[in-house]
Amino acid sequence: MSNHLKDIILKIWRQNGPQDSGRFETYKVDEISDEASFLEMLDYLNEQLITDGKEAIVFDHDCREGICGTCSLMINGQAHGPERSTATCQLHMRKFSSGAEIVIEPWRAAAFPIIKDLMVDRSAFDRIIESGGFITSVTGGAPDANLIPIPKPVADSAMDSAACIGCGACVAACPNGAANLFTSAKIAHLNLLPQGQAERYKRAESMIEKMDEYFGSCTNHGECEAACPKEISIDVIALANADYRKAKLKNRKFISRI
Amino acid sequence: MAQVLESQRGPVTGTAVAKKKRRPFLLDLYSTAVGKKYVMALTGIGLIGFVVFHMIGNLKMYLGQADMDHYAEFLKALLYPIAPKGVVLWLLRGGLLTMVALHIHAAYSLTQLNHKARPVKYQSERDYQVANFASRSMRYTGVTVLLFVIWHLLDLTWGVVNTVGADGEFIKADVYDNVVRSFERWPVALFYILANIMLGIHLFHGVWSLFQSMGWNSPRFNEWRRSIAAGIATIVVVGNVSFPVAVLAGIVGG
Ligand code: HEM
Ligand code: SF4
Ligand code: FES
Repeated sequence: MSNHLKDIILKIWRQNGPQDSGRFETYKVDEISDEASFLEMLDYLNEQLITDGKEAIVFDHDCREGICGTCSLMINGQAHGPERSTATCQLHMRKFSSGAEIVIEPWRAAAFPIIKDLMVDRSAFDRIIESGGFITSVTGGAPDANLIPIPKPVADSAMDSAACIGCGACVAACPNGAANLFTSAKIAHLNLLPQGQAERYKRAESMIEKMDEYFGSCTNHGECEAACPKEISIDVIALANADYRKAKLKNRKFISRI
Repeated sequence: MAQVLESQRGPVTGTAVAKKKRRPFLLDLYSTAVGKKYVMALTGIGLIGFVVFHMIGNLKMYLGQADMDHYAEFLKALLYPIAPKGVVLWLLRGGLLTMVALHIHAAYSLTQLNHKARPVKYQSERDYQVANFASRSMRYTGVTVLLFVIWHLLDLTWGVVNTVGADGEFIKADVYDNVVRSFERWPVALFYILANIMLGIHLFHGVWSLFQSMGWNSPRFNEWRRSIAAGIATIVVVGNVSFPVAVLAGIVGG
Protein backbone atom coordinates (compact mmCIF):
# COMPACT_ATOMS: atom_id res chain seq x y z
CA MET A 1 0.00 0.00 0.00
CA SER A 2 1.44 3.27 -0.93
CA ASN A 3 1.18 6.24 1.35
CA HIS A 4 1.40 9.80 0.30
CA LEU A 5 3.76 12.35 1.76
CA LYS A 6 2.49 15.90 2.04
CA ASP A 7 4.13 19.31 2.02
CA ILE A 8 7.73 18.49 1.25
CA ILE A 9 9.85 21.64 1.39
CA LEU A 10 12.86 21.59 -0.94
CA LYS A 11 15.80 23.97 -0.68
CA ILE A 12 17.63 23.47 -3.95
CA TRP A 13 20.87 25.03 -5.19
CA ARG A 14 20.31 26.97 -8.43
CA GLN A 15 23.23 28.23 -10.44
CA ASN A 16 23.00 29.48 -14.01
CA GLY A 17 26.48 28.44 -15.06
CA PRO A 18 30.04 27.90 -13.89
CA GLN A 19 30.64 31.61 -13.35
CA ASP A 20 27.36 32.37 -11.60
CA SER A 21 27.48 32.66 -7.83
CA GLY A 22 24.32 30.62 -7.31
CA ARG A 23 21.81 30.56 -4.43
CA PHE A 24 19.31 28.31 -2.69
CA GLU A 25 15.72 28.47 -3.84
CA THR A 26 12.81 27.01 -1.95
CA TYR A 27 10.14 24.87 -3.58
CA LYS A 28 7.19 22.94 -2.27
CA VAL A 29 5.87 19.57 -3.39
CA ASP A 30 2.29 19.34 -2.08
CA GLU A 31 1.88 15.61 -2.36
CA ILE A 32 3.99 12.68 -3.52
CA SER A 33 3.76 8.91 -3.22
CA ASP A 34 6.27 7.35 -0.86
CA GLU A 35 6.95 4.85 -3.63
CA ALA A 36 8.34 7.61 -5.84
CA SER A 37 12.08 7.65 -6.13
CA PHE A 38 13.91 10.79 -5.10
CA LEU A 39 14.69 11.61 -8.73
CA GLU A 40 11.04 11.02 -9.70
CA MET A 41 10.13 13.55 -7.06
CA LEU A 42 12.51 16.01 -8.77
CA ASP A 43 10.98 15.10 -12.17
CA TYR A 44 7.58 15.84 -10.72
CA LEU A 45 8.79 19.17 -9.38
CA ASN A 46 10.30 19.99 -12.78
CA GLU A 47 6.96 19.25 -14.49
CA GLN A 48 5.37 21.75 -12.12
CA LEU A 49 8.06 24.34 -12.87
CA ILE A 50 7.68 23.84 -16.63
CA THR A 51 3.89 24.15 -16.35
CA ASP A 52 4.40 27.40 -14.47
CA GLY A 53 6.68 28.61 -17.27
CA LYS A 54 9.80 28.43 -15.09
CA GLU A 55 13.14 26.86 -15.83
CA ALA A 56 13.53 23.22 -14.85
CA ILE A 57 16.20 22.23 -12.34
CA VAL A 58 19.20 20.60 -13.99
CA PHE A 59 20.49 17.43 -12.36
CA ASP A 60 22.47 14.41 -13.55
CA HIS A 61 20.95 10.96 -13.96
CA ASP A 62 20.99 8.12 -16.42
CA CYS A 63 20.42 4.45 -15.55
CA ARG A 64 18.37 5.12 -12.41
CA GLU A 65 19.27 1.71 -11.08
CA GLY A 66 22.56 2.39 -9.35
CA ILE A 67 24.96 1.11 -11.98
CA CYS A 68 26.09 4.01 -14.14
CA GLY A 69 27.39 6.52 -11.61
CA THR A 70 25.78 9.52 -13.27
CA CYS A 71 23.47 10.68 -10.50
CA SER A 72 24.88 12.74 -7.67
CA LEU A 73 23.42 15.26 -5.15
CA MET A 74 24.31 16.22 -1.63
CA ILE A 75 21.05 15.60 0.19
CA ASN A 76 20.73 17.01 3.72
CA GLY A 77 24.50 17.09 4.00
CA GLN A 78 25.04 13.50 2.89
CA ALA A 79 26.37 12.44 -0.50
CA HIS A 80 23.68 10.32 -2.22
CA GLY A 81 21.35 11.04 0.69
CA PRO A 82 20.46 9.24 3.91
CA GLU A 83 20.23 5.68 2.54
CA ARG A 84 23.51 3.78 3.00
CA SER A 85 25.27 2.01 0.10
CA THR A 86 22.92 3.32 -2.56
CA ALA A 87 23.15 5.97 -5.21
CA THR A 88 20.72 8.89 -5.24
CA CYS A 89 18.68 7.19 -7.95
CA GLN A 90 17.98 4.32 -5.54
CA LEU A 91 16.73 6.60 -2.78
CA HIS A 92 12.98 6.62 -2.25
CA MET A 93 10.64 9.11 -0.70
CA ARG A 94 9.66 6.60 1.99
CA LYS A 95 12.95 7.55 3.65
CA PHE A 96 11.37 10.95 4.39
CA SER A 97 8.21 12.03 6.15
CA SER A 98 5.49 14.61 5.50
CA GLY A 99 6.55 18.19 6.08
CA ALA A 100 10.22 17.29 5.72
CA GLU A 101 12.66 19.99 4.67
CA ILE A 102 15.21 18.60 2.22
CA VAL A 103 18.30 20.57 1.22
CA ILE A 104 19.93 19.63 -2.10
CA GLU A 105 23.36 20.80 -3.19
CA PRO A 106 25.72 19.82 -5.99
CA TRP A 107 29.01 17.99 -5.32
CA ARG A 108 31.54 20.64 -4.37
CA ALA A 109 35.18 20.35 -5.36
CA ALA A 110 37.58 22.47 -7.39
CA ALA A 111 37.94 19.56 -9.81
CA PHE A 112 34.15 19.23 -10.22
CA PRO A 113 33.08 22.62 -11.59
CA ILE A 114 29.34 23.21 -11.57
CA ILE A 115 27.89 23.17 -15.08
CA LYS A 116 24.41 24.28 -14.07
CA ASP A 117 22.30 23.95 -10.92
CA LEU A 118 23.06 20.49 -9.52
CA MET A 119 25.09 19.16 -12.44
CA VAL A 120 28.89 19.05 -12.15
CA ASP A 121 31.68 18.17 -14.56
CA ARG A 122 33.45 15.05 -13.31
CA SER A 123 35.87 14.65 -16.20
CA ALA A 124 38.82 15.01 -13.83
CA PHE A 125 38.06 11.34 -13.09
CA ASP A 126 38.54 10.58 -16.78
CA ARG A 127 41.96 12.22 -16.65
CA ILE A 128 42.89 9.83 -13.84
CA ILE A 129 41.61 6.78 -15.71
CA GLU A 130 43.44 7.85 -18.88
CA SER A 131 46.66 8.03 -16.93
CA GLY A 132 46.68 4.33 -16.06
CA GLY A 133 43.27 2.81 -15.36
CA PHE A 134 43.51 0.21 -18.10
CA ILE A 135 45.59 -2.76 -19.21
CA THR A 136 47.45 -3.00 -22.47
CA SER A 137 46.27 -6.24 -23.99
CA VAL A 138 46.65 -8.02 -27.30
CA THR A 139 43.91 -7.41 -29.80
CA GLY A 140 42.33 -10.13 -31.87
CA GLY A 141 39.97 -12.90 -30.96
CA ALA A 142 38.53 -12.89 -27.45
CA PRO A 143 40.67 -15.07 -25.17
CA ASP A 144 39.10 -18.14 -23.64
CA ALA A 145 37.52 -17.60 -20.28
CA ASN A 146 39.59 -19.00 -17.40
CA LEU A 147 42.74 -19.03 -19.55
CA ILE A 148 44.55 -17.26 -16.73
CA PRO A 149 43.98 -18.91 -13.36
CA ILE A 150 43.06 -16.41 -10.65
CA PRO A 151 42.59 -17.43 -7.02
CA LYS A 152 39.01 -16.91 -5.92
CA PRO A 153 39.77 -14.45 -3.08
CA VAL A 154 41.81 -12.33 -5.48
CA ALA A 155 39.05 -12.34 -8.06
CA ASP A 156 36.56 -11.38 -5.34
CA SER A 157 38.67 -8.48 -4.07
CA ALA A 158 39.29 -7.23 -7.58
CA MET A 159 35.57 -7.47 -8.30
CA ASP A 160 34.72 -5.52 -5.13
CA SER A 161 37.07 -2.74 -6.26
CA ALA A 162 35.79 -2.85 -9.82
CA ALA A 163 32.29 -2.17 -8.51
CA CYS A 164 33.18 1.54 -8.35
CA ILE A 165 30.83 3.40 -10.69
CA GLY A 166 32.82 6.65 -10.70
CA CYS A 167 30.03 8.74 -9.21
CA GLY A 168 32.32 11.05 -7.23
CA ALA A 169 30.45 10.71 -3.93
CA CYS A 170 33.75 9.92 -2.23
CA VAL A 171 35.19 13.28 -3.29
CA ALA A 172 31.95 15.06 -2.41
CA ALA A 173 31.78 13.50 1.05
CA CYS A 174 35.47 13.96 1.85
CA PRO A 175 36.13 16.98 4.08
CA ASN A 176 39.38 17.42 2.11
CA GLY A 177 37.95 16.98 -1.38
CA ALA A 178 40.28 14.01 -1.88
CA ALA A 179 39.74 11.39 -4.58
CA ASN A 180 41.74 8.60 -2.97
CA LEU A 181 38.84 6.15 -2.75
CA PHE A 182 37.98 6.41 -6.44
CA THR A 183 41.60 6.34 -7.61
CA SER A 184 42.57 3.54 -5.26
CA ALA A 185 39.55 1.44 -6.22
CA LYS A 186 40.63 1.68 -9.84
CA ILE A 187 44.26 0.92 -8.96
CA ALA A 188 43.30 -2.01 -6.73
CA HIS A 189 40.98 -3.48 -9.33
CA LEU A 190 43.78 -3.91 -11.88
CA ASN A 191 46.76 -4.27 -9.56
CA LEU A 192 45.23 -7.30 -7.89
CA LEU A 193 44.71 -9.22 -11.10
CA PRO A 194 47.39 -11.06 -13.11
CA GLN A 195 46.41 -9.08 -16.22
CA GLY A 196 47.31 -5.85 -14.43
CA GLN A 197 50.80 -6.87 -13.28
CA ALA A 198 52.81 -5.67 -16.27
CA GLU A 199 51.76 -2.08 -15.71
CA ARG A 200 51.22 -2.33 -11.97
CA TYR A 201 53.82 0.16 -10.76
CA LYS A 202 53.54 2.53 -13.67
CA ARG A 203 49.80 2.58 -13.04
CA ALA A 204 50.12 3.32 -9.33
CA GLU A 205 52.59 6.12 -9.97
CA SER A 206 50.74 7.76 -12.86
CA MET A 207 47.26 7.58 -11.41
CA ILE A 208 48.21 8.88 -7.98
CA GLU A 209 50.24 11.71 -9.45
CA LYS A 210 47.43 12.60 -11.85
CA MET A 211 45.02 12.60 -8.90
CA ASP A 212 47.35 15.04 -7.15
CA GLU A 213 46.85 17.59 -9.92
CA TYR A 214 43.14 17.90 -9.20
CA PHE A 215 42.20 16.76 -5.71
CA GLY A 216 42.92 17.18 -2.01
CA SER A 217 44.83 14.89 0.31
CA CYS A 218 43.43 11.98 2.32
CA THR A 219 43.44 12.30 6.12
CA ASN A 220 41.69 8.99 6.72
CA HIS A 221 38.39 10.30 8.05
CA GLY A 222 36.57 7.44 6.31
CA GLU A 223 33.68 9.61 5.07
CA CYS A 224 34.21 8.33 1.51
CA GLU A 225 33.59 4.73 2.51
CA ALA A 226 30.41 5.74 4.34
CA ALA A 227 29.13 7.65 1.31
CA CYS A 228 30.12 5.16 -1.38
CA PRO A 229 27.10 3.53 -3.03
CA LYS A 230 29.22 0.49 -3.81
CA GLU A 231 30.67 0.12 -0.31
CA ILE A 232 34.25 0.32 -1.55
CA SER A 233 36.43 -0.14 1.53
CA ILE A 234 39.20 2.29 2.48
CA ASP A 235 41.42 -0.80 2.51
CA VAL A 236 41.94 -0.05 -1.20
CA ILE A 237 43.51 3.28 -0.20
CA ALA A 238 46.06 1.47 1.94
CA LEU A 239 46.76 -0.88 -0.95
CA ALA A 240 47.29 1.98 -3.38
CA ASN A 241 49.50 3.81 -0.87
CA ALA A 242 51.65 0.71 -0.53
CA ASP A 243 51.84 0.23 -4.30
CA TYR A 244 52.74 3.87 -4.82
CA ARG A 245 55.61 3.57 -2.34
CA LYS A 246 56.86 0.41 -4.07
CA ALA A 247 56.36 2.02 -7.49
CA LYS A 248 58.52 5.02 -6.65
CA LEU A 249 61.36 2.76 -5.55
CA LYS A 250 61.04 0.16 -8.29
CA ASN A 251 60.53 2.58 -11.18
CA ARG A 252 63.57 4.48 -10.00
CA LYS A 253 65.62 1.32 -9.88
CA PHE A 254 64.53 0.26 -13.36
CA ILE A 255 65.33 3.64 -14.85
CA SER A 256 68.78 3.75 -13.30
CA ARG A 257 69.64 0.32 -14.68
CA ILE A 258 69.77 1.31 -18.33
CA MET B 1 31.81 31.75 -6.04
CA ALA B 2 32.21 29.96 -9.29
CA GLN B 3 34.06 26.69 -9.17
CA VAL B 4 36.54 26.97 -11.98
CA LEU B 5 39.37 24.61 -12.64
CA GLU B 6 42.63 26.44 -12.13
CA SER B 7 45.10 23.89 -13.38
CA GLN B 8 45.32 23.17 -17.07
CA ARG B 9 43.85 19.84 -18.09
CA GLY B 10 46.23 17.38 -19.61
CA PRO B 11 45.71 16.19 -23.17
CA VAL B 12 43.67 13.05 -23.78
CA THR B 13 46.56 10.74 -24.47
CA GLY B 14 45.22 7.32 -23.65
CA THR B 15 48.64 6.18 -22.54
CA ALA B 16 49.95 5.82 -19.02
CA VAL B 17 52.95 8.08 -19.09
CA ALA B 18 53.59 10.10 -15.98
CA LYS B 19 54.74 13.64 -16.43
CA LYS B 20 58.51 13.58 -16.04
CA LYS B 21 59.79 16.07 -13.57
CA ARG B 22 63.53 16.28 -13.07
CA ARG B 23 63.96 16.41 -9.31
CA PRO B 24 66.09 14.52 -6.85
CA PHE B 25 64.26 11.38 -5.80
CA LEU B 26 63.32 12.32 -2.23
CA LEU B 27 62.15 15.80 -3.23
CA ASP B 28 60.13 14.25 -6.02
CA LEU B 29 58.46 11.88 -3.57
CA TYR B 30 57.82 14.66 -1.06
CA SER B 31 56.24 16.81 -3.77
CA THR B 32 53.24 14.47 -3.92
CA ALA B 33 50.43 14.37 -1.37
CA VAL B 34 50.87 10.65 -0.70
CA GLY B 35 54.63 11.20 -0.29
CA LYS B 36 53.95 13.91 2.30
CA LYS B 37 51.68 11.50 4.13
CA TYR B 38 54.54 8.98 4.33
CA VAL B 39 56.63 11.73 5.90
CA MET B 40 53.86 12.58 8.37
CA ALA B 41 53.52 8.95 9.30
CA LEU B 42 57.25 8.25 9.67
CA THR B 43 57.98 11.43 11.61
CA GLY B 44 54.85 10.68 13.66
CA ILE B 45 56.27 7.28 14.58
CA GLY B 46 59.57 8.91 15.58
CA LEU B 47 57.76 11.45 17.73
CA ILE B 48 55.63 8.77 19.36
CA GLY B 49 58.85 6.93 20.19
CA PHE B 50 60.10 10.07 21.89
CA VAL B 51 56.86 10.74 23.75
CA VAL B 52 56.66 7.17 25.06
CA PHE B 53 60.30 7.11 26.23
CA HIS B 54 59.93 10.56 27.75
CA MET B 55 56.96 9.36 29.76
CA ILE B 56 58.70 6.16 30.89
CA GLY B 57 61.80 8.14 31.87
CA ASN B 58 59.74 10.53 33.95
CA LEU B 59 58.25 7.66 35.93
CA LYS B 60 61.60 7.84 37.78
CA MET B 61 60.16 10.69 39.78
CA TYR B 62 58.18 8.09 41.72
CA LEU B 63 61.48 6.56 42.80
CA GLY B 64 62.54 9.83 44.36
CA GLN B 65 64.79 12.80 43.82
CA ALA B 66 68.10 10.96 43.54
CA ASP B 67 66.86 8.53 40.88
CA MET B 68 65.26 11.26 38.83
CA ASP B 69 68.29 13.54 38.87
CA HIS B 70 70.56 10.63 38.15
CA TYR B 71 68.45 9.70 35.14
CA ALA B 72 68.88 13.22 33.75
CA GLU B 73 72.61 12.90 34.26
CA PHE B 74 72.56 9.52 32.50
CA LEU B 75 70.86 11.01 29.43
CA LYS B 76 73.67 13.51 29.10
CA ALA B 77 76.21 10.73 29.34
CA LEU B 78 74.59 8.50 26.69
CA LEU B 79 77.32 6.45 24.96
CA TYR B 80 79.97 8.17 27.12
CA PRO B 81 82.93 7.73 26.83
CA ILE B 82 82.60 6.68 23.16
CA ALA B 83 81.12 10.09 22.53
CA PRO B 84 81.79 13.12 24.71
CA LYS B 85 79.06 13.98 27.21
CA GLY B 86 76.00 15.60 25.72
CA VAL B 87 76.84 14.79 22.10
CA VAL B 88 74.43 11.89 21.68
CA LEU B 89 71.72 13.83 23.45
CA TRP B 90 72.21 16.71 21.04
CA LEU B 91 72.08 14.35 18.06
CA LEU B 92 68.77 13.01 19.34
CA ARG B 93 67.51 16.54 19.85
CA GLY B 94 68.54 17.43 16.30
CA GLY B 95 66.62 14.43 15.01
CA LEU B 96 63.56 15.42 17.00
CA LEU B 97 63.68 18.99 15.74
CA THR B 98 63.98 17.79 12.16
CA MET B 99 61.04 15.44 12.59
CA VAL B 100 58.89 18.16 14.15
CA ALA B 101 59.78 20.53 11.32
CA LEU B 102 58.98 17.98 8.63
CA HIS B 103 55.76 16.89 10.34
CA ILE B 104 54.53 20.46 10.60
CA HIS B 105 55.60 21.40 7.09
CA ALA B 106 53.78 18.40 5.62
CA ALA B 107 50.69 19.12 7.74
CA TYR B 108 50.72 22.75 6.66
CA SER B 109 51.16 22.18 2.95
CA LEU B 110 48.58 19.38 2.81
CA THR B 111 46.12 21.65 4.61
CA GLN B 112 46.75 24.30 1.95
CA LEU B 113 46.21 21.71 -0.78
CA ASN B 114 42.93 20.64 0.81
CA HIS B 115 41.64 24.20 0.99
CA LYS B 116 42.42 24.62 -2.69
CA ALA B 117 40.64 21.36 -3.50
CA ARG B 118 37.35 22.80 -2.25
CA PRO B 119 37.46 26.57 -2.66
CA VAL B 120 33.67 26.87 -2.41
CA LYS B 121 32.43 25.18 0.75
CA TYR B 122 29.12 23.42 1.10
CA GLN B 123 26.50 26.09 1.64
CA SER B 124 24.32 23.85 3.77
CA GLU B 125 25.25 21.90 6.86
CA ARG B 126 27.22 18.69 6.38
CA ASP B 127 26.02 15.56 8.13
CA TYR B 128 29.22 13.63 8.81
CA GLN B 129 28.82 9.89 9.23
CA VAL B 130 32.10 8.58 10.60
CA ALA B 131 34.63 11.42 10.80
CA ASN B 132 35.23 11.81 14.53
CA PHE B 133 36.36 14.64 16.75
CA ALA B 134 39.93 13.35 16.74
CA SER B 135 40.21 13.11 12.97
CA ARG B 136 38.65 16.51 12.42
CA SER B 137 40.76 18.36 14.97
CA MET B 138 44.25 17.07 14.08
CA ARG B 139 45.46 20.54 13.13
CA TYR B 140 44.23 22.08 16.37
CA THR B 141 45.38 19.31 18.69
CA GLY B 142 48.73 19.34 16.89
CA VAL B 143 49.21 23.08 17.27
CA THR B 144 48.20 22.89 20.95
CA VAL B 145 50.87 20.26 21.50
CA LEU B 146 53.45 22.44 19.75
CA LEU B 147 52.62 25.47 21.91
CA PHE B 148 52.75 23.27 24.97
CA VAL B 149 56.17 21.89 24.04
CA ILE B 150 57.51 25.44 23.70
CA TRP B 151 56.15 26.34 27.14
CA HIS B 152 57.51 23.08 28.54
CA LEU B 153 61.03 23.86 27.30
CA LEU B 154 60.85 27.42 28.66
CA ASP B 155 59.71 26.00 31.98
CA LEU B 156 61.90 22.98 32.63
CA THR B 157 64.83 23.23 30.24
CA TRP B 158 65.62 26.93 30.27
CA GLY B 159 63.78 27.85 33.46
CA VAL B 160 62.54 31.11 31.99
CA VAL B 161 59.01 30.60 33.26
CA ASN B 162 59.86 28.37 36.20
CA THR B 163 59.79 29.75 39.74
CA VAL B 164 63.42 30.35 40.58
CA GLY B 165 65.35 28.00 42.82
CA ALA B 166 65.80 28.52 46.56
CA ASP B 167 69.03 30.44 45.96
CA GLY B 168 67.30 32.65 43.41
CA GLU B 169 68.72 30.81 40.43
CA PHE B 170 67.31 28.15 38.09
CA ILE B 171 69.49 25.09 38.40
CA LYS B 172 68.90 22.89 35.39
CA ALA B 173 70.32 19.74 36.91
CA ASP B 174 67.85 19.82 39.83
CA VAL B 175 65.28 18.21 37.62
CA TYR B 176 63.16 16.84 40.42
CA ASP B 177 62.88 20.17 42.26
CA ASN B 178 62.15 22.04 39.06
CA VAL B 179 59.30 19.70 38.18
CA VAL B 180 57.79 19.87 41.64
CA ARG B 181 58.03 23.67 41.77
CA SER B 182 56.44 23.97 38.35
CA PHE B 183 53.48 21.73 39.05
CA GLU B 184 52.77 23.24 42.44
CA ARG B 185 51.30 26.10 40.45
CA TRP B 186 47.88 24.70 39.62
CA PRO B 187 47.33 26.68 36.37
CA VAL B 188 50.56 25.15 35.04
CA ALA B 189 49.44 21.69 36.11
CA LEU B 190 46.07 22.25 34.47
CA PHE B 191 47.65 23.41 31.19
CA TYR B 192 49.92 20.38 31.28
CA ILE B 193 46.98 18.04 31.78
CA LEU B 194 44.89 19.64 29.02
CA ALA B 195 47.79 19.63 26.55
CA ASN B 196 48.38 15.95 27.22
CA ILE B 197 44.75 15.14 26.60
CA MET B 198 45.11 16.99 23.27
CA LEU B 199 48.18 14.88 22.53
CA GLY B 200 46.16 11.77 23.34
CA ILE B 201 43.40 12.82 20.94
CA HIS B 202 46.02 13.52 18.25
CA LEU B 203 47.51 10.08 18.72
CA PHE B 204 44.12 8.37 18.83
CA HIS B 205 43.59 9.34 15.20
CA GLY B 206 47.24 9.61 14.20
CA VAL B 207 48.29 6.10 15.14
CA TRP B 208 45.31 4.58 13.37
CA SER B 209 45.84 6.86 10.38
CA LEU B 210 49.51 6.08 9.89
CA PHE B 211 48.76 2.46 9.02
CA GLN B 212 46.56 3.68 6.18
CA SER B 213 49.08 6.29 5.04
CA MET B 214 51.92 3.80 4.90
CA GLY B 215 49.74 1.13 3.34
CA TRP B 216 50.34 -1.24 6.25
CA ASN B 217 47.12 -3.03 5.83
CA SER B 218 46.24 -6.64 6.29
CA PRO B 219 43.10 -8.49 7.27
CA ARG B 220 45.27 -10.19 9.89
CA PHE B 221 45.70 -7.08 11.99
CA ASN B 222 43.32 -4.44 10.61
CA GLU B 223 40.91 -4.94 13.47
CA TRP B 224 43.75 -4.20 15.91
CA ARG B 225 44.67 -0.82 14.48
CA ARG B 226 42.01 1.06 16.44
CA SER B 227 42.97 -0.71 19.66
CA ILE B 228 46.68 -0.04 19.15
CA ALA B 229 45.89 3.65 18.64
CA ALA B 230 43.65 3.82 21.69
CA GLY B 231 46.23 1.88 23.72
CA ILE B 232 49.20 4.11 22.87
CA ALA B 233 47.14 7.26 23.41
CA THR B 234 45.91 6.00 26.78
CA ILE B 235 49.33 4.92 28.05
CA VAL B 236 50.89 8.29 27.12
CA VAL B 237 48.06 10.35 28.61
CA VAL B 238 47.68 8.37 31.83
CA GLY B 239 51.43 8.34 32.45
CA ASN B 240 51.95 12.02 31.75
CA VAL B 241 48.86 13.28 33.55
CA SER B 242 49.83 11.31 36.65
CA PHE B 243 52.88 13.58 37.23
CA PRO B 244 51.15 16.89 37.97
CA VAL B 245 48.42 15.03 39.86
CA ALA B 246 51.05 13.33 42.00
CA VAL B 247 52.75 16.65 42.72
CA LEU B 248 49.52 18.40 43.60
CA ALA B 249 48.49 15.45 45.79
CA GLY B 250 51.83 15.61 47.59
CA ILE B 251 52.86 12.10 46.50
CA VAL B 252 55.85 13.52 44.66
CA GLY B 253 57.86 16.26 46.34
CA GLY B 254 55.52 16.36 49.35
C1 HEM C 1 52.82 21.21 15.89
C2 HEM C 1 52.54 20.05 16.14
C3 HEM C 1 51.75 19.11 15.27
C4 HEM C 1 50.90 19.38 14.23
C5 HEM C 1 50.50 20.72 13.66
C6 HEM C 1 50.42 18.12 13.76
C7 HEM C 1 49.51 17.96 12.74
C8 HEM C 1 49.16 16.77 12.21
C9 HEM C 1 48.27 16.58 11.11
C10 HEM C 1 47.52 17.68 10.38
C11 HEM C 1 48.22 15.26 10.85
C12 HEM C 1 47.48 14.62 9.72
C13 HEM C 1 46.31 13.89 10.18
C14 HEM C 1 45.90 12.88 9.16
O1 HEM C 1 46.25 13.04 7.99
O2 HEM C 1 45.24 11.94 9.51
C15 HEM C 1 49.07 14.60 11.79
C16 HEM C 1 49.28 13.25 11.82
C17 HEM C 1 50.01 12.60 12.79
N1 HEM C 1 50.64 13.19 13.87
FE1 HEM C 1 50.81 15.14 14.19
N2 HEM C 1 50.97 17.12 14.49
C18 HEM C 1 51.79 17.70 15.45
C19 HEM C 1 52.53 17.08 16.42
C20 HEM C 1 52.60 15.71 16.58
C21 HEM C 1 53.31 15.05 17.64
C22 HEM C 1 54.07 15.75 18.76
C23 HEM C 1 53.14 13.70 17.43
C24 HEM C 1 53.66 12.53 18.20
C25 HEM C 1 53.94 12.51 19.42
C26 HEM C 1 52.35 13.53 16.25
C27 HEM C 1 51.98 12.33 15.74
C28 HEM C 1 51.25 12.16 14.58
C29 HEM C 1 50.99 10.92 13.95
C30 HEM C 1 51.44 9.54 14.40
C31 HEM C 1 50.22 11.19 12.80
C32 HEM C 1 49.69 10.18 11.79
C33 HEM C 1 50.37 10.28 10.47
C34 HEM C 1 49.51 9.76 9.34
O3 HEM C 1 48.32 9.97 9.30
O4 HEM C 1 50.07 9.13 8.47
N3 HEM C 1 52.02 14.78 15.76
N4 HEM C 1 49.64 15.53 12.61
S1 SF4 D 1 34.65 4.86 -4.91
FE1 SF4 D 1 32.42 4.75 -4.49
S2 SF4 D 1 31.87 6.91 -4.09
FE2 SF4 D 1 33.87 6.96 -5.12
S3 SF4 D 1 33.42 7.17 -7.30
FE3 SF4 D 1 33.59 4.96 -6.91
S4 SF4 D 1 31.47 4.31 -6.48
FE4 SF4 D 1 31.46 6.54 -6.30
S1 FES E 1 21.52 7.22 -12.34
FE1 FES E 1 22.91 5.58 -12.79
S2 FES E 1 23.75 5.25 -10.83
FE2 FES E 1 22.21 6.68 -10.36
